[in-house]
Amino acid sequence: MASGPYSAKVMDHFMNPRNVGEIEDASGVGEVGNPACGDMMRLYLKVEDGKIVDAKFRTFGCGAAIASSSMLTEMIKGKTVEEAQAITNQHVADALDGLPAVKIHCSVMAEEAVKSALDDYRKKNPA
Amino acid sequence: MANIFFDHISTTPIDTRVLEAMMPYFTERYGNPSSHIHDQGQQALKAIDAARTEVAGLVNAKPEAIVFTSGATEANNLAIKGAAEAWGRKGKHLVASEVEHFSVLNALLPLRNRGYEVTTVKADSDGKVDPDDVRKAIRTDTVLVSVMHANSEIGTIEPIEEIGRIAREREVLFHTDATASAGHIPLDVTAAGADLVTLSAHNFYGPKGTGALVVREGVRLESQIDGGFQEMGYRAGTENVPGIVGMGQAAKIASEEMGEWSFRLRRLEKRLHDGVASSVEHLHFTGHPTDRLPGHVSFWVEYAEGESLLLFLALHGVMAASGSACSSNLKGRDEEDLVASHVLRAIGVPSDICTGSITFSMGKGNTEQDVDQVLSVLPGIVRRLWEMSPTYLDYQKKVLRGG
Repeated sequence: MASGPYSAKVMDHFMNPRNVGEIEDASGVGEVGNPACGDMMRLYLKVEDGKIVDAKFRTFGCGAAIASSSMLTEMIKGKTVEEAQAITNQHVADALDGLPAVKIHCSVMAEEAVKSALDDYRKKNPA
Repeated sequence: MANIFFDHISTTPIDTRVLEAMMPYFTERYGNPSSHIHDQGQQALKAIDAARTEVAGLVNAKPEAIVFTSGATEANNLAIKGAAEAWGRKGKHLVASEVEHFSVLNALLPLRNRGYEVTTVKADSDGKVDPDDVRKAIRTDTVLVSVMHANSEIGTIEPIEEIGRIAREREVLFHTDATASAGHIPLDVTAAGADLVTLSAHNFYGPKGTGALVVREGVRLESQIDGGFQEMGYRAGTENVPGIVGMGQAAKIASEEMGEWSFRLRRLEKRLHDGVASSVEHLHFTGHPTDRLPGHVSFWVEYAEGESLLLFLALHGVMAASGSACSSNLKGRDEEDLVASHVLRAIGVPSDICTGSITFSMGKGNTEQDVDQVLSVLPGIVRRLWEMSPTYLDYQKKVLRGG
């Protein structure tokens, strides 16, 4: 069901967000955004043998921010660290059947969150 | 699913009696009031003059003072730019409150670029403008003071009579934007000492596309639309006859029924206010607690973003508005538009914990059942957003640590 400015996909992920929560012993945690700017996302990754086996998030933000977070976790689960590193905001927006122009920054937040969580993972697990 | 309209501050449904009054002016009475040598033109002219009398009656003005426009935005533009241009030789300074609508604030921008100076008067944490601040802002070269009658986002009613008195003493023009208030609370423009007053028909059960600027006798304004000599020369262009007839009918109905509406709306307002206060934690009401529009309840909730709240409410069939960081300017040109509402910032709402407020504005068609329905879904929606929010998680951990 599409609502207001959003696609049916966005609304689905907004109403039924996937992977909300925390990972206690996360391999990497990324936090981006700022509540003062309207949105903030915290992403937890569990990495085993170079592969993302689990991803959870918590997001404060608008419908697009929550949907982008949810979609991102779906996209990165099962991917290698390298594959996840290559995900861009455009991939997230496309997977959601597009976002309104002024909401593109929400998909950028998702991209930044995964990059930040992977940075944290590499810091904790130097090659 | 419920279908509850709690967004009357954005617009109101047209009253069927208003629509009925308008209909003949789309069909059999199609005359142009300027072409009144024949019956069709005569009928149209009489109709808009009757509407002028009704609209004047709503705000205790003289019928000749009513200048019909395409709406409140045009009326605000005519008031601000028209007065500044007509009185530019007296001075080039204007005073406006910081909680004005964009059609006032943005009408001031091009004037600034043309050498006019604008002093912005602050509002307190309830959204009230202090008349004394207005007094202090007035200079010898001030031509106009603009302070709204009531704020749409937070509902606060401003002390326009005192501000009007100060403007009169200092011999500057006083404009008040009564878009949110006219037809809902009594407004006596003569008692308020207002020289210019903005009215909007669709905000009191009239049609969209019609508004008026009340121009006190003798106030010179530079017309902002050049053309013929309609509307006493203040506003050229063939009159929107059906719209004006509708505005007149809406004004007549509001004059007669406003007291009854507001009595009912005050009760609904209390029920909604008390209900959310007792069922939602971390909730902060905005606007003045008592000097506010009837049926208007506005607040923000910590750790819950405004647009997400609105979207979930909409999914439950509840239509409300927000001065949210992300939602109200969805059609904005760029992310610059995604900043928190200027009104919330003005009243000192902390932007690091609040990025969106909710405005529930009820109308004459709403019932106690509507209020109860909203109260039955709101706490669950807030909890759901909290459960997703990293900031709420941090708050909970802090509480657990005893912090």
